[in-house]
Amino acid sequence: MSATEFIRLTIHEAGRRMAAGQITSVELTEAVLDRIAATDGAVKAYLTVTPEQAMGQARAADERRAAGERGSLLGVPIALKDVLCTEGIPTTAGSRILEGFVPPYDATVVRRLKEGGAVIIGKTNTDEFAMGSSTENSAYFATRNPWDLGRVPGGSSGGSAAAVAADACVAALGSDTGGSVRQPAALCGVVGLKPTYGRVSRYGLIAFASSLDQVGVLTKDVTDAAVLLGAIAGSDPCDGTVTDLPVPDYAALLTADVKGVRIGVMQEAFVEGLQPEVEAAVWTAVDRLGELGAQVREVSLPHSDYALPAFYLIAPAEASANLARYDGVRYGHREEADSLDGMYKRTRGRGFGAEVKRRIMLGTHSLSAGYYDAYYLKAQKVRTLIKADFDAAFEEVDVILGPTTPTTAFGIGEKIDDPLQMYLSDVFTLSMNLAGICGLSVPCGFDQQGLPIGLQVTGPAFGEQRALRVAYAYEQAYDWRARRPDL
Amino acid sequence: MKLSREDVEHIADLARLALSSREISRYREQLAAILEHFQRLQELDTEEIPPTASVLPLRSVMRDDEARPPLQREQVLENAPDTEGGCFRVPAALE
Repeated sequence: MSATEFIRLTIHEAGRRMAAGQITSVELTEAVLDRIAATDGAVKAYLTVTPEQAMGQARAADERRAAGERGSLLGVPIALKDVLCTEGIPTTAGSRILEGFVPPYDATVVRRLKEGGAVIIGKTNTDEFAMGSSTENSAYFATRNPWDLGRVPGGSSGGSAAAVAADACVAALGSDTGGSVRQPAALCGVVGLKPTYGRVSRYGLIAFASSLDQVGVLTKDVTDAAVLLGAIAGSDPCDGTVTDLPVPDYAALLTADVKGVRIGVMQEAFVEGLQPEVEAAVWTAVDRLGELGAQVREVSLPHSDYALPAFYLIAPAEASANLARYDGVRYGHREEADSLDGMYKRTRGRGFGAEVKRRIMLGTHSLSAGYYDAYYLKAQKVRTLIKADFDAAFEEVDVILGPTTPTTAFGIGEKIDDPLQMYLSDVFTLSMNLAGICGLSVPCGFDQQGLPIGLQVTGPAFGEQRALRVAYAYEQAYDWRARRPDL
Repeated sequence: MKLSREDVEHIADLARLALSSREISRYREQLAAILEHFQRLQELDTEEIPPTASVLPLRSVMRDDEARPPLQREQVLENAPDTEGGCFRVPAALE
């Protein structure tokens, strides 16, 4: 096999070849590490690469396989967004305030990957504390979109999305609080799935907004998303917000048959500001699913317009509480001062970047005396209306389709000084987090500049199987992944 | 939506953030613009609508009261900027 063939392998293809004895994990891991060395100077997807540990895990995986062990992730190189705690490997959340932090334990999802024999290849760049839509808010450097190095990869899981798109890992984990897996997946032309709130453990995920955060997967195809979700989902004694609902064998249940599946097209997505090529690509995808036998109709989510303000009141409020823990006492950066209070303020003032401070300020304000009812409580009530819209829509349809993002990848620096414009790039993904339901982005074409377009497939709570089925059927008929970025 | 400089300084104080004069000016402008945009939530009549804090019905999770090995003290202290005698060390909080 050529190096190019190696690095393009999906989880399921690599697994099949390793099982057949055609390749080893050591060969695959070496090929991926070579790819990182060749491309990451330009793409800058990784904050930390862990070659020694990865090669050790690859050798161990080959030995486990030789001893008869099987497993979908055994020997497969996976990258992790740097908001997931990894024992012995620095974990920064893209922030200066956590520079040098080395977690003493693994996040539950990381532990599950390791138990399954996955090779942890490195930690990927993220907007600081996952707050952002472009990965430009990383305190370390901006990640570039592999399709056009002058453009952003999206965010906040932009490092993971760019690494998958650049074939600099086989698959990656990210986190999605308001679109942070689906939006960069769309902008980088890969598959990104945000599971239902309560489907995957957040133990060891550095918290941003606890009623919204969810660990998600970024992969080269829909089958891999099903495989990786199956590997990380399920109850966890360390996280009381994970349900004990059984985890289906998502990959085994995949079927390209969508006959009779009821698809609702979200009317509210087709508004001013939607790039015409994105609109056209999404409608073409909808038509093709209709040709494959799905029943297509329009659905309305009347409160969609209010999702953005509700989200940007609720998420910063929760963040302002969650980020209170960064005080220079137990871990991370400290600025010295004469008083304890002065030490807190200087540490936080210098340790956090501009967007994180902006959101802490916004959240603190909306929770403060005199403003709570008008902002925070109001937003929580609107959240009820948004969830009710989805509940009503899922009475009539099985999945909801629309664009993942209003535009394809924008330029580096284009929106960084205008927070509201940046927030608008998540306008189609936020409401699913508010409703706690699941959704994924699957590639559905390219614009005239050759930038990828994402189709968002949204399912009801614990309806991952439905969303995966529709995306899989579409992908089997129209596979856009034959086209790769020129790196 | 108007925010005074004092409002912004008060919020920063509540959030324990030391901000520069430039940051205070910038956040005053940006927070005002963001909050102005969010005023549209007031268009909705939510008098009778209950708030949603979490989408999951929260339940207590019980387990047997069995001791398990905790992280070792050295591991926990390893990431601290300053320690003394097995404790986190901070500037004096009391006179």
